[in-house]
Amino acid sequence: MTEEITLTIDGKGVKVPAGATLLEAGRAAGVEIPTICWHEATTSYALCRICVVEVEGQRLLQPACLVQATDGMQVLTRSERVVRARRTILEMLAATMDLSEAPEILAMLDEYGASPERFPGAERREVPLKDDNPMFLRDYSKCVLCWRCVQVCADDAQYTYAINFNGRGYETEIGTFFDRTIPESTCVFCGQCVGVCPSGALKPKREYLLEQGISPEEITVLNSGVKKRKK
Amino acid sequence: MSDLDLAPLATLLEPYIALGRAGLLPALYAAQAHYGWLPEPITQELARSLQVPLADVHGVIEFYTLFYNAPVGKKMVRVCTDPACALRGAEELLDHLCSHYGVVPGGTTPDGERTIERSPCLGLCEQAPAALFDDQAETSIDLMMDTYELGRPRSKVYGSLRLLTRNCGGESTALAAYGEYTALLKARAMAPEAVVAEIKASGLVGRGGAAFSTGVKWEGAAAARENPKYVVCNADESEPGTFKDRVLLLDDPHRVIEGMCIAAHAVGARKGYIYLRGEYPYIQPVLDSALAEARAAGYLGEAFDVEVFLGAGAYICGEETALFESIEGKRGFPRIKPPFPTTHGLFGQPTVINNVETLCNVPAILEKGAAEYRKLGTEKSPGPKLFCLSGDVTQPGLYEIPFGVTLRELLEQAGGVAGGRDLGAVLFGGAAGAFATPAQLNVKLTFEDLRAAGLPLGSGVVMVFDESRDLRDVLRSLGRFFAHESCGKCYPCQMGTQRQLEILERLAEGTMDSGDLERLQDVGWTMTDASLCGLGQTAASALLSAMQQFPDLFAHNGKQPAK
Repeated sequence: MTEEITLTIDGKGVKVPAGATLLEAGRAAGVEIPTICWHEATTSYALCRICVVEVEGQRLLQPACLVQATDGMQVLTRSERVVRARRTILEMLAATMDLSEAPEILAMLDEYGASPERFPGAERREVPLKDDNPMFLRDYSKCVLCWRCVQVCADDAQYTYAINFNGRGYETEIGTFFDRTIPESTCVFCGQCVGVCPSGALKPKREYLLEQGISPEEITVLNSGVKKRKK
Repeated sequence: MSDLDLAPLATLLEPYIALGRAGLLPALYAAQAHYGWLPEPITQELARSLQVPLADVHGVIEFYTLFYNAPVGKKMVRVCTDPACALRGAEELLDHLCSHYGVVPGGTTPDGERTIERSPCLGLCEQAPAALFDDQAETSIDLMMDTYELGRPRSKVYGSLRLLTRNCGGESTALAAYGEYTALLKARAMAPEAVVAEIKASGLVGRGGAAFSTGVKWEGAAAARENPKYVVCNADESEPGTFKDRVLLLDDPHRVIEGMCIAAHAVGARKGYIYLRGEYPYIQPVLDSALAEARAAGYLGEAFDVEVFLGAGAYICGEETALFESIEGKRGFPRIKPPFPTTHGLFGQPTVINNVETLCNVPAILEKGAAEYRKLGTEKSPGPKLFCLSGDVTQPGLYEIPFGVTLRELLEQAGGVAGGRDLGAVLFGGAAGAFATPAQLNVKLTFEDLRAAGLPLGSGVVMVFDESRDLRDVLRSLGRFFAHESCGKCYPCQMGTQRQLEILERLAEGTMDSGDLERLQDVGWTMTDASLCGLGQTAASALLSAMQQFPDLFAHNGKQPAK
């Protein structure tokens, strides 16, 4: 039988199985802790820090997606420090990339009273749309660097290793070997990266064409070829 | 690219193939040394040979500033423009060089002869301004007099103690001059647990900045069941203003190696690495020859051996887990802790990782015994400490003193503020540190006193600014450092260091707007509170201390003198 742990989240006592993360414990307590980079299919690296919470006895805020609940733990998910960190991270995101297709993050901006105009004059990450293959587009101006695409392309799912990181720090961008096109990379078009992208940076080409006002019929024509038949 | 000859590559890569991914950084160095940079076909062949995914290899090249995937000049000139050098006219020096050769920073002359780059702190702060000319240190550069020193940097060693620095500034680094590893011989005659107990009893804590108990670290690794275990010397000294490890490694390599051998005996490790920062290439031959001597003398060998691993330009690799990733051939992303290195370190194995200065304390502790060692310093901060004095001080250099000396006494030993000017501020602990005011001169240099004063001892940086200096320029320079060095893994630091720099640019230019102070606080505290590793957690530390200590600097919009 699994050991049970009792902890307190925002004043509510909750029992969870040993090994549960604070994110899971929050759900059990009916307390919602926001996440951006977290995904059930990928390894948690605690990148976005939007899930940080205050744990009694800890000097720094703790990422709820990774930290495991312990018996008697006292957790605050909406303390002043937590809210300041979340709001500032959201404001910095809005000043960095195009969040127009990241509805969950936009909702968080509203919820935390975060102003998208908080950082006037901020250098934004703006890069040209990459349209280099028939399956999907890459619009890294919308990329929130959640790493999920790199993770599913590598050890979390496909073991294809077609993409990795260019640059570092603020200049980080997802890229291929020497910026080759996707067909020139080791990509096998499994589509998992598109599936886990939270912000519209990776998008099926068909969806994009429909958004551009091209009708399904026209897309069919675009995609059709002349079959070669044996005589 | 058709004239690229791939033929020599097989021979170049041969030593690294068996290492697989862990051979990636050395292999990239070897290829780059031959071809001048890392062209795509070379990199592709290299990736294939080492069996590392192409995109991963590219990601690694992109991460480290000393790897180039575009052509660069035959000669590389890297000019340090971080605070200690900036005080001595580094920006003017960079401008002068660039206009002389007709390039912009980062650019290459049309004949492909020379690339001139801006560099983060090169650890030559006491001989500022400084540059790295290919693999040589270029120090005390004086544009007016047209003089400089080139080659092995000088050692300027002072202070009231000569324990750690006993051999520093000397003529020879040969084993014959160092003598027998007597502390190691003593340790090997003891049970490993007894060695750990002695280090614990000495009260030694890490000198790299985090001040964690060395004995507790060793105990953890000794208790770990998995094998193999590793001992790693963190020689990725990159904290702006810090140069102590450079002096120790250059002048007394055997002390460091002896310290590592004792650690290996204590925890049961058979393999050690010295992770040397890429900007210290001139130290590598000194270490390699010392290691060869130690092997010949039987101190290293079958039971425990050490190799040097050269970093490739990334401050974050001084963070212990990022350092492991780097040795493993990856981008230097810090890992989540726990688990800690004592159980899950290099290659996922139990690892002791200590700073150079920490390891140099170890032979002294074994020789004297913990009780005798503790007679130096204070009850809570026992032992000797190295301080790196730079900036506006009469005699910049490395100072060895016992813990407990006051800041005033230390500055007096260094001849006071240069030119007899009044003191403006002291930056403690480096870029990740905090500012002290002249009112804090009587603070005792101990962990406990500094902590109470809100000053981090960090890596022992004492950077002095006279009252004529505008700290807003210093803050901009620190801001640029962190924006350049953030690894980009976690959001607060990845974006916060950039947002912070943008506002610090406005601060230095006198164009701050009414919301900027609050923005600096929000960004600063968010990085401090929510970042994944120590880099982000301290990226606003100096700024937040300046806002508290020197509020006038931030009160005026428009860059009038604040006084």
